[in-house]
Amino acid sequence: MANSDHTIASISHISKSFGSKKVLSNITINIREGQILGLIGPSGSGKTTTIKCLLGMERADTGFAAIFGQKMPNRQILEKIGYMGQTDALYENLTALENLTFFGNLMGISGAELTATINKNMALVDLTDSLHQIVANFSGGMKRRLSLAIALLANPDLIILDEPTVGIDPSLRLDIWTQLRTLAIAQKAIIVTTHVMDEAEKCDLIGLIINGEIFALGTPAELKEKFHAASIEEVFLKAEVSSK
Amino acid sequence: MIQFKAILIRVTKEILRDKRTLALMLLAPILILTLMNLVFNSSTDTKLKIGVADNVPGKIIQSLPSSKVTIRHYPNSLNRAKKIQSDDLDAFVGRSKNKLEITNENEDPTKSSQVKSIFANALLVSKIKELSLTLKKISLQTSTKQTSSNLKIKNSYLYGNSNSTFFDKVFPILIGFFVFFFVFLISGIALIRERTSGTLDRLLATPIRRSQLVFGYLAGYGLFAVLQTLLIVLFAIYVLKVAIIGNLLLVLLTNILIALVALVIGLFVSTFANSEFQMMQFIPIIVVPQVFFSGIIPLDTMAHWVRFISYLLPLSYAGNALTAVMIKGQGLGVITNDWLILLVFLFIFTFLNIIGLKRYRKV
Ligand SMILES: Nc1ncnc2c1ncn2[C@@H]1O[C@H](COP(=O)(O)OP(=O)(O)OP(=O)(O)O)[C@@H](O)[C@H]1O
Ligand SMILES: [Mg+2]
Repeated sequence: MANSDHTIASISHISKSFGSKKVLSNITINIREGQILGLIGPSGSGKTTTIKCLLGMERADTGFAAIFGQKMPNRQILEKIGYMGQTDALYENLTALENLTFFGNLMGISGAELTATINKNMALVDLTDSLHQIVANFSGGMKRRLSLAIALLANPDLIILDEPTVGIDPSLRLDIWTQLRTLAIAQKAIIVTTHVMDEAEKCDLIGLIINGEIFALGTPAELKEKFHAASIEEVFLKAEVSSK
Repeated sequence: MIQFKAILIRVTKEILRDKRTLALMLLAPILILTLMNLVFNSSTDTKLKIGVADNVPGKIIQSLPSSKVTIRHYPNSLNRAKKIQSDDLDAFVGRSKNKLEITNENEDPTKSSQVKSIFANALLVSKIKELSLTLKKISLQTSTKQTSSNLKIKNSYLYGNSNSTFFDKVFPILIGFFVFFFVFLISGIALIRERTSGTLDRLLATPIRRSQLVFGYLAGYGLFAVLQTLLIVLFAIYVLKVAIIGNLLLVLLTNILIALVALVIGLFVSTFANSEFQMMQFIPIIVVPQVFFSGIIPLDTMAHWVRFISYLLPLSYAGNALTAVMIKGQGLGVITNDWLILLVFLFIFTFLNIIGLKRYRKV
């Protein structure tokens, strides 16, 4: 990347196998502040594993990952990262507020600061009225939104969202992307995985992962040009065919 | 610190919300103890039902203790097996020449051996009677006084009293076992849930220390273990009227220690299970053997190498300490060793858990 001073996260030459199965090979991606990176690719291609290697939840066999210039894994760095996994990861028999308070505390926030950020982020995901409801009684989309709110609680500089908009209706999905763009403008870096191609169009940078390799990496315009395609959806389909 | 507190509060809230788990922890032990108490304390006063053929000498029948047997008389030529079946007898006694023939039903071998010892006694008694008659005759002839025949036995007991039952003996061990079992199961399952729901990953994606997570769990479940122990012990003393001789505080502290050991072992074992059901599969391997070695079955009758196994099982130390305090009324001096060893278990497994969490986050 040209402007390496503003690099927030970098993955360099990471390979990873589970047993004898090669899942990632030689992945290299950089993301700068103010950027939204979209990771797309067929199911099982290695998007989630890439994210886990970046966070230090999985150890890469070769290569390394760094965030804010610190080599991962690094516990202190996690304070500045908002992570939302592919599963909702909520405590079902606690209320939304109790879930938020718990994860807020773990991120080191408490008191009035916590209350303020809870209210702000619950408004963002349109769940203010359900603050005191038990999570087990939430719909699938509501759980997803609560999970997103938790990831954004600590006002992190790097936001990592693994399929954040699954099960969320189109208008709210639009709201969320508007909000992600606002965060990017505020110099945060955002990594999103998605299977929704019109969401991918909204990213600054798209990484197309197929069979554990970076098949293509660039802005949406660059990718469309490279594959002579009219949309990212077409890029995806062409790439999948040509990789076989 | 704020992280530790958050874990503690969350664990507590989750248990309180989960009414069934709460009931399992608090009410199930009480139910089982009550049932066991009933079973062990009521089985002692049933009478043996014995059929007697009319050719058995009356002397012997008269020396059978009437508090232990009911006698039914039958003509001699009957089919004994049939009578045992049709009249639900425990045994049938007949005579051929100078032999007593006892046919046992033997559905319950303890009853058979009771019958055996009762008749052995009765024979002895009638022999002694004959003997003393002869002696009397002799002493009348020689006019020397015999006093030894008036000897009686008086029993006294080092621990407990003549009313002590099997239940009293195993009760301390049972308490330790319940605390161990339920805490083991529930904490293990809690961590598995945390893993399968993805909350463990999310937890570990925050700057929490792995040790804070483990200690938070320890504190949260420790709290409920205290509650559980209090409930069991108080219920046993005031409702079941079990006598606890030693210091109640020592009993509670020992149980808390057991709970913490169960907790760390449960958490540790759960890393080898992928589902709640697989956690249950560890019960026959980890929990059941501990029962055999906890002192319910006397250890000093076992072969030396078998006894060695008990040194590896935390519940044997727990049973030891609880028995010492509750039955023998012994104090800190006697149980310090058991406590120390339980503490060693606690430290080792806590350490292993903190290390083990590295599987989910490398720092
Ligand atoms: N813990 C694990 N043990 C063994 N194999 C794993 C493990 N985690 C992931 N894999 C394998 O690694 C590959 C990549 O998985 P990953 O979850 O990264 O895919 P993904 O791109 O996120 O897919 P999706 O879009 O369906 O979420 C898959 O083939 C999966 O089976
Ligand atoms: Mg995935």
